[in-house]
Order: sequence, then C-alpha cells, then structure tokens
Amino acid sequence: MISNKIEERRDLALRLTRITKRFGTLTANDNVDLSLHEGEVVALLGENGAGKTTLMNILFGHYLADQGEIEVFGKSIPKGDPRAALDSGIGMVHQHFALVEEMNVLENIVLGTENLLAIKSQKNTAREKIRDLSSSVGLDVNPDAIVGSLSVGEKQRVEILKALYRGARILILDEPTAVLTPFEAEKLFATLKVLVSDGLSAIFISHKLNEAMEISDRVVVLRKGRVVGEKITRDSNPEELSSLMVGAEIEAPDISDPVLGEVALELENISTSIPEMRINLRKVSLRLNCGKITGLAGVSGNGQAALASLISGTTQVKEGTMRIFGEIPERWSPKVAISKSIARIPEDRLHTGMIGDMSVVENIISEKYWTDRFSRFGFLTRQASEDFSREVIKNYDVKCPSIETPVRLLSGGNIQKLILGRVLDESPLIILANQPTRGLDVGAVAYVHSQLLKARDRGAAILLISDDLEEILQLSDRISVISNGRLSKITRRGELGVKELGALMTRHVPSSERLNDAA
Amino acid sequence: MEALEILLSASFWIATIRIASPLIFATMGELLCERAGVLNLGIEGIMTAGAFAGWYTVYAGGDLWLGVAIAALTGMMFGLIHGFLTVPLGLSQHVTGIGTTLLATSITYFIYRVLLPQETSPPKIDPFAPLPIPFLSEIPLIGQALFAQTPLTYLAFILVGTIAWILNRTPAGTAIRAVGENPAAVESQGISVTLVRMSAVAVGSALMAVGGAFLTMSAFNSFFFEMINGRGWVCIALVVFGSWKPGKALLGAILFAAFDAYQVRLQSVVGNVVPYQVFLMMPYVLSILALIVMSRRAGYPKALMIPYLKGER
Repeated sequence: MISNKIEERRDLALRLTRITKRFGTLTANDNVDLSLHEGEVVALLGENGAGKTTLMNILFGHYLADQGEIEVFGKSIPKGDPRAALDSGIGMVHQHFALVEEMNVLENIVLGTENLLAIKSQKNTAREKIRDLSSSVGLDVNPDAIVGSLSVGEKQRVEILKALYRGARILILDEPTAVLTPFEAEKLFATLKVLVSDGLSAIFISHKLNEAMEISDRVVVLRKGRVVGEKITRDSNPEELSSLMVGAEIEAPDISDPVLGEVALELENISTSIPEMRINLRKVSLRLNCGKITGLAGVSGNGQAALASLISGTTQVKEGTMRIFGEIPERWSPKVAISKSIARIPEDRLHTGMIGDMSVVENIISEKYWTDRFSRFGFLTRQASEDFSREVIKNYDVKCPSIETPVRLLSGGNIQKLILGRVLDESPLIILANQPTRGLDVGAVAYVHSQLLKARDRGAAILLISDDLEEILQLSDRISVISNGRLSKITRRGELGVKELGALMTRHVPSSERLNDAA
Repeated sequence: MEALEILLSASFWIATIRIASPLIFATMGELLCERAGVLNLGIEGIMTAGAFAGWYTVYAGGDLWLGVAIAALTGMMFGLIHGFLTVPLGLSQHVTGIGTTLLATSITYFIYRVLLPQETSPPKIDPFAPLPIPFLSEIPLIGQALFAQTPLTYLAFILVGTIAWILNRTPAGTAIRAVGENPAAVESQGISVTLVRMSAVAVGSALMAVGGAFLTMSAFNSFFFEMINGRGWVCIALVVFGSWKPGKALLGAILFAAFDAYQVRLQSVVGNVVPYQVFLMMPYVLSILALIVMSRRAGYPKALMIPYLKGER
C-alpha cells in the first residue's frame, strides 16, 4: 500500500487529456482524462460498452481519437500510431490476444523488433533474451512452442513477455482474467505484483469489482464513455464502486412463489447421437411446467449442448419421446420449434444468435420473416418489421444508434437484450435460456434475470442452462444436474446449496476433466 | 511400351524443366502475395505485360537482362495498382484481381498495336542462350535437363530457395507470414500492415512478370497474343497444391510441366487413335486430381482475402 504523500512525489508515467472518440453517432469516449504514476496500478472499471477498451485502443494507437492529447513520461506522442506507443514504452496485453497462432513464441515476440531489411533473423540471441526475461519475472514459456498449441494462460504470458521484451514501462491489460481459470488468474496477479514492485506501471481493465479491489492502487470508473468517479482503492469499497459503475443500486430480484401449470415440454427417455458432440444425451427424462424455471446445472461439456440443440430444433430425437403440450411433433426442425412457441436464447449470442453484419431490424425478424406478419407474397413488409424493431428496442431498453446499425457494433449486453426482445416480445410458452448472462456486466445480468422472471410469472415454462451456480440457485424453482449426458433427480428450490450441487456436478465427470473428487 | 520410353528420353526432361521455369517464377510471385494475405488474380495479365515488356525492350535494342528488369518493373507497377485497391482501400481481391488481369492484358495488346502497327508476323529477338554447366550437364538423362538450360531457368530454381529463406529466416519474412495469418498482431507490434502487404504484392507481381518474360525471352523468341494461355491460373492452383510452401510448389510446377511435356510426346505415339484435345486436357485434369488429393489438408493463410482496415471495429 502506498501512502498519498509518496504518490504525489512520484513522476507521472502517463496522462490522457480530454480524449473523445465517436463511432458514427455513438460516442465511445467523451472527454476522458486519465493519469498513471510510475509504479502504480490503476484499475479502469466499467460495464461492457462503457468505453474502456476503446480508450486503451486509442492510447495504443489502434484507433485515432477525434480529440485529445496523450503524454507519456512527459512527452506528447503522435496519435494513431502503435509504433510510437511501443517506442514510448507502452505495452498492451489484448483481450483477444494479438498473436499469430501458426508461428512459435519466439517469432511472435521478436516480430517488429528487428530491422525488416535484415538478411537473417537473430533467433539465437533472441531466444537467450527471452529465457532470461521469463525466468527473471517468473513467466514460464517455451520460446519454440507453436502459439496455437498453448493454453490460454500461456498465450497471455506470451503477450506480457512481448511487451517486456520491448522494454515496456507501462503495461495495459485488457480484461486479462476474462479468459483465465481462477488458478491462472492468481498466478497473473502474482506476476503483476512482481513487475510493479520493479517499477512497472499498469492499467488494469476490468468489470469485476473484486479484482479491481485486489490489484489496484487507484480505481477510475467509466460509464457510457465518461469518467464518473476516481477513488483510491483502499479508501473505497465494492458497494461504492458498483453503484458508480452501474449508476444505480442493483436490487436482488423479488421472487414470488411458483404457480404450478400444465406440462409444456416433456422428454421421456431421450437419447441423441450427434456425431460432432463429445457427450450426447443418454435416456434423459425431463418435464418443464408452465410458470416454473427449471435450472440445469453442470460442468460445461456434459451434454448441455445436445439438450439445447434438441429443444432448439437443430437435432433429432434418436430414441425416446418428446411431447410439446402433450403432442409428439411429426417433424422436428428450428422452424417447427419456433411455430410451437419455443423461444431460444442461444449460448453463443453473436455466432448462433445473430448475424453480425446484418442490421438490427434484419436480425429481429430473422426467426419469423416468412410469416404473414413480416411478408406478403414473398416480399418483406418493411413497415411491420421496423415497427416491431422499434417496439423491441423500446421495451427491452436496447441501446443502438439506429435500427439499421449492424449488430456486431453493439455491446454484448445490448445484443443479448435484442435477442431477449426478439423472442420474449412474442410471449412464448417455452423458453430455452442457454447461458443467458455469460460475459454480461452486472446491470445487464440483473435485467436478463428480471425478464426471465417476468416471463415465468406470465406462465412460460423456462429451462435455464448455466455454468453459473449462483444464477441457477437464485432463479430456479427446480434444479437438475447434468453430468455425462444424464440428468440427476430434480430437486426443489432451497433443497440443495452450492456445495451439494457442486458435488453432484463432479460425480460423473470423465476422469480427464475431474477437478476435485467431491465424493 | 513406347509411351513409357518417353520418360527415358533426355528431351522429355529438358522440355519439362523449360516448361516449368515460367511457372516457377509466377508461382513464387503468387505465393509471396498470398502468404501476405492478398490473392493476386492479376497474375495472368501481369504475366502478359511482363512477356511483352521484356521482349520489346530487347527488340528495341536493349540488353537481355535490361529486358528482364523492365519486365519486373512493369509487373511491379501493376502489382502496386492491385495492392493499392485491395490493401489500403480493402476492395474485393477477386474482383480487383480480375480487373487487373483485364487491364494489364488489354493495355499490353494496345501498346503492341501502337508500337508495331505494320507487323503482320511478330518480329523475333535473340533470346537467352542455354548455358551448359561443365561436367554436371553431362550426367545422363537429367544432366542436360538441369544443367544445360538458360540463365533464367537457373534463376528460377535459385529463387525458390531465396523465397523459402526470406519467409522462414528473415524478419521481413516473419512479418509477411504474420500479416497473412493475423494482421492485428502485426500492427500491435508496430509494423504497418499496409507497408508489408503492398511490398509483398509489388515484389510478387514483379516475379510474375519475369515468369511471363521467360516465355518471350527464353522459351520462345517472340511475342504473340494469348501466349500466356492460362499459365497464370495454373500458378494459382500450384500455390494451393504446394500448401503455400515454396518447395512443395516447385514440385507441383515440375509435375505439371512433366504432364505437359509428356502429353505432347504421347500425341505422336497414340495420336492416331485418340483425339489430340484429350492430350491437351491431360495436364489440367491431372492437376485438378492432384489438387483434390493435396489440398485436403492445405494450411492456407488465415487472413487470405480478408482486408485489414485499421481502426475498424
């Protein structure tokens, strides 16, 4: 911990003044000021879409700011030039690693440090330097390994080494723990502490409060592109930061008692055989009642994908019977599923849920464009789809510049709201919510939860598949655990806690994936 | 039996290497472009332009090597056009490439007509003469084929090694491979993606043009319309066949050339039974088959044909 007095005496490593960046009509950064002292760790905290990554991309020269100044160690650096940023001592660890997977660690690190007209790459000298560097800071990586064969944690180490190899004195880490296991994250924090004690300064981008509290000396909170708060970490607390981030206190959802409705979807001894899936369903029986949320917990890769695929209509039943409101569907396809009032919130929202390059309005009608509502004699009725889009955007609080904006330009939370709106606005009777809050920030998570509960109270039967046990426990009226393609006995709300569920989840896990034996 | 005896004749092997030479130049050129992530379908037109530029330089009184240099410069110029449209502007590489081919071919024919309006049959030049290497050229069967060719053929073989060295051993080669795989990684290391891609396309196009010039200055001694005759497209396939690796692409070029040399000779053996078109077709059919077998596990550059525009989200 550093006292205020020392901090004042320290030299300024970095100063951003009045940075503004617009993408079309969206203002990603609005007059942002940020400073960083030598040997200091600043956490840049904010929800998804708050403008954290944009700001750092401007600092690193990937984006050109519309306005503002960047000063590194007292010198102004030209904007929009990564080379200048690197030369001034800034190193960046990208959230989506900027690594060439097909090349080895050495080539990735050395890339750009040698004269491009040299006749031969000095690989041996570089290899020695990398070995020395990695042993001195405890970042263990084999320089000759192909990057594509490394684990995510190792790739991140390569990214850090890349920066250190060039003599970076300021390290920017963009959501570094998003891809790491808890164990790897701990290792990263340890490494960072070593580096900082050697005089490195760091900006740590995150939307996780506890991380910001643990690693930083100072926290800067961004919301909607603006700096809304700056706190010395040890004088602050998670509650304060959270309300700064979100702009309002988040209340835990109020859950009413379930009303037992009729059986909407019934699976009886269902097995699947999908060749591309490692784990298929094995004699699974499950009932989804109207007015209830059924939570499906499990370590990912235990058959959740097969179950979701079956209910979505992309997979056929191999054995067993599936009934929807008592009827066995004659044919089974995504189109049939939609017509049976099944709403699908897919696991991978940008790749299976939406078509990134197509507009908001096209995506909103993409599940139903052929219906009479949106087309006449094979021609789309523009007015109907635009009206529906505006309604979804308004009712589900989607922030987008216009309904013609390509979906890929929206933040994760807004894309998820769009998907929710697309399916929930139709008042579906059965809802498949597969990882509905994965990667979303606090505010968006609360919103998704409230919408799911609303649908439940309206009488929909909901299957909630999630890796997040807290979420399952919080929302579900009934819980089942999937493990190795089989379902456990259904339990009611409150019967099991996190520990018991955890034990059920790991009981039948294939030995290669077993983390700890919970017997 | 006669069909097999062809394989044992020195002339077959000499022809094979001669036919392969222009393909090697142009394939290396295309490979360089594609490793940097730019498909260059301008190849057919660039070869035409190179064939004419080299030949005309010599016809107008220039030295043979000056002709090669002018051909390379001409190719580079068209490469820069293709590069400018596809790299900084990020236009479709397919459409631009075909446009470049049409542009280069048409301009070449136009200039030919303007410069030589009165000629009915194209004038001839003194092409590169074979340069036999002592002793080595006397090895039976392959000696003449490998060591009694023109200097340009030797250059083609040296080029393969050079390109392989550049790609795998030099900082520039690392940058070229990296922009072909993940341009964002290159930019984040402070190298300009535009600079690397443009350079690769310019140099690659120069090599294609030299491949074209080989035809007018080494294989033949004159310039004809349609003389490239799809060789550029063959080279595109050879790059895939070679899995974007110089050594394998060289083997592909020799294999294709061998089919070509073989079918000509086979025509004189069984030509009275089988229509000659079947023989003409043979190298192409065989390359399609070889392509199907080889490109199953082709490791194509991940960013091939994907424009990289800085600052886009």
